[in-house]
Amino acid sequence: MNPPVPAAPASTPALDVDRLIDDRRTRIIVCCGSGGVGKTTTAAAIGLRAAERGRHVVVLTVDPARRLAQSMGLSSLDNTPRPVAGAAGENGGSLHAMMLDMKRTFDEIVEQHADPDRAAQILANPFYQSLSSSFAGTQEYMAMEKLGQLRRAQEWDLIVVDTPPSRSALDFLDAPQRLSRFLDGKLLRLLTAPAKVGGRAYLRVLNAGFGMVTGVLTKILGAQVLRDVQTFVTALDTMFGGFRERADYTYQLLRAPGTSFLVVAAPEPDALREASYFVERLAQERMPLGGLLLNRVQRAPAARLSAARSQAAAETLQAAGTHPLAVTALRLHAERMLQVSAQQRMAEHFTAAHPLVPVAEIPAQDQDVHDLEGLRAIGQAFG
Amino acid sequence: MSTRDTDWDGVRLHVVTGKGGTGKTTVAGALALALASGGKRVLLMEVEGRQGIAQLFDVPPLPYEERKVAVAPATRGRPGGDVFALVADPESALVEYLEMFYNLRHAGTALTKLGVMDFATTIAPGLRDVLLTGKAAEAVRRKGSGKSRGRVYDAVVMDAPPTGRIAQFLNVSSEISGVARVGPIRSHADTVQKVIRSPDTAVHFVTVLEEMPVQETLDGIAELTGLAGEAIQIGGIMINMTRPLALPPEQVQAAARGELDTGELALGLKTAGLDDSLGLAGELAQELSQDARGALDQQVQHERLEVAGAPCYELPWISDGMDLAGLYQLAAALRDQGAA
Repeated sequence: MNPPVPAAPASTPALDVDRLIDDRRTRIIVCCGSGGVGKTTTAAAIGLRAAERGRHVVVLTVDPARRLAQSMGLSSLDNTPRPVAGAAGENGGSLHAMMLDMKRTFDEIVEQHADPDRAAQILANPFYQSLSSSFAGTQEYMAMEKLGQLRRAQEWDLIVVDTPPSRSALDFLDAPQRLSRFLDGKLLRLLTAPAKVGGRAYLRVLNAGFGMVTGVLTKILGAQVLRDVQTFVTALDTMFGGFRERADYTYQLLRAPGTSFLVVAAPEPDALREASYFVERLAQERMPLGGLLLNRVQRAPAARLSAARSQAAAETLQAAGTHPLAVTALRLHAERMLQVSAQQRMAEHFTAAHPLVPVAEIPAQDQDVHDLEGLRAIGQAFG
Repeated sequence: MSTRDTDWDGVRLHVVTGKGGTGKTTVAGALALALASGGKRVLLMEVEGRQGIAQLFDVPPLPYEERKVAVAPATRGRPGGDVFALVADPESALVEYLEMFYNLRHAGTALTKLGVMDFATTIAPGLRDVLLTGKAAEAVRRKGSGKSRGRVYDAVVMDAPPTGRIAQFLNVSSEISGVARVGPIRSHADTVQKVIRSPDTAVHFVTVLEEMPVQETLDGIAELTGLAGEAIQIGGIMINMTRPLALPPEQVQAAARGELDTGELALGLKTAGLDDSLGLAGELAQELSQDARGALDQQVQHERLEVAGAPCYELPWISDGMDLAGLYQLAAALRDQGAA
């Protein structure tokens, strides 16, 4: 439809999303990137396209826009994969979608790992409630936990994951480890020690600093808070092993063959900077990078007319005082061409730093996506 | 000399929130500049540890220390003001708090080293929030010593967490009361809460005219309004990256439907001496249509925002990339519209 726009330099390999989703060995696609770049929409579009090309797909979304959720028939956050009507192609594929409920996922882990009494005790503790609903890493951890569950369920042959809307694209890689490190932490051990060995025995084994620490904590927080904390960590104690094991399992899953990371970015400095960090980090962790999806790329149907010529023509007409419609069109076009080239420069900065990372572009859509048709259009753009 | 009236006269703590990607930090910076003009001292505070302010003002990364980062432009016969910046992190805020109230600086440092802060803020994220909002409240109320006994800052602008988390962030007292029913941290939280829930504080929402940011803005406003207790004042809605309409308003509908006079357009292009004027006219008409459809979509989003009942301010799209000059331009736009 649109004439080809000179995209990234010819040396940059093109990201072939269709090949990725057609390859039956691809079992997990993780869409990551900083907030506000269209990650969720992209994940949904990839899921739909894969389903219509014959895969059995489940899309795990974290925080979809209302209309996007509606477009996939998701009306409630119920933590269960729901079939998406109208998405099954002639190719025998299927599409399920679900929204993550992080608190419920966390509760389920607790119920699974502790006996009923202890589970009830943990679930009622104020610190657990605050940890499970608002710890900055809980959402990321639970998204990865859910991914592990979906993978184990064996009901789908492709899982597309949308990562939580954090400021930094790296959060979701770090958060699970942070949470498990926390639950496994030395300080937590110190706090549980008195309850385990009883009495004041812990004083013998701990350094003198600890007494000072509890002293200061009591001063700031009050004694009651400290008691609640101890009850909480003691109750959680039995689950440490489980948490560590789960975090390790998901981490290995992310590294396994069959997993592919797609970094989503918009052609803006902040988003591309995050994308750069992320690409480097994935390499460091030896995690498989599929490529970069550059979303919302501005295109100009009349790209053959340069900004300068367009501007000059507009000025000529304006001076003559004729053809106001053409003046408007030419000015708009000149502006758009400037934007196109600014975006191209930004994309080139990225490819210069990461010449081997395959890139695909998704043109900016005129309107927000609100139905399957819109998702399909995006899929066609990168397919 | 009397101060001219602005919509937020009397507000001394401006909390700026917004969805990721809407330019929250940029708008917070522009608001600080706008508030500073006319010889004022304004503190711009960052709480998410991203060094966004340093990037915005093009200065090296900022420590936990109040530093001057910019000078607001002088206006007609009045001196320009100063914008100071502070990157607040909970650890440093705690150390400072312990020193201020308990004279326990060393203990605070030791706690941080032992990872106690990490631990405490993990099991009680409300604690983290109360330390940060507490720092803002302290800066708002701080008085000078010696000759200058007045307030140190005329206003404090906080680049706050995103819209999805803002109600929780500001509702510190109840967050804390979940875990600490009595005790010093509880009474500290209550003091902070009084500042936040007073006419001294207003919460501004930054958005762009797209569905999801608009929805989050409306949800955020509803959530803040719905909090129990003394009301938190909703400030303005700052609509960022707005563009002027290319076509005259009466032509937008037709253009969106793709009903443009391409014949006339081609004639114009031919007059301007462009080759293949007919083919080009078709392509340019397509661009005009796309632009018109986008504009109509934005109009719908704008109407949704108006329902919220908060004053809307429009910040123009800075076409050649955001830089200091652009920031001053946004500050001027905010002043012209009475936001500061």
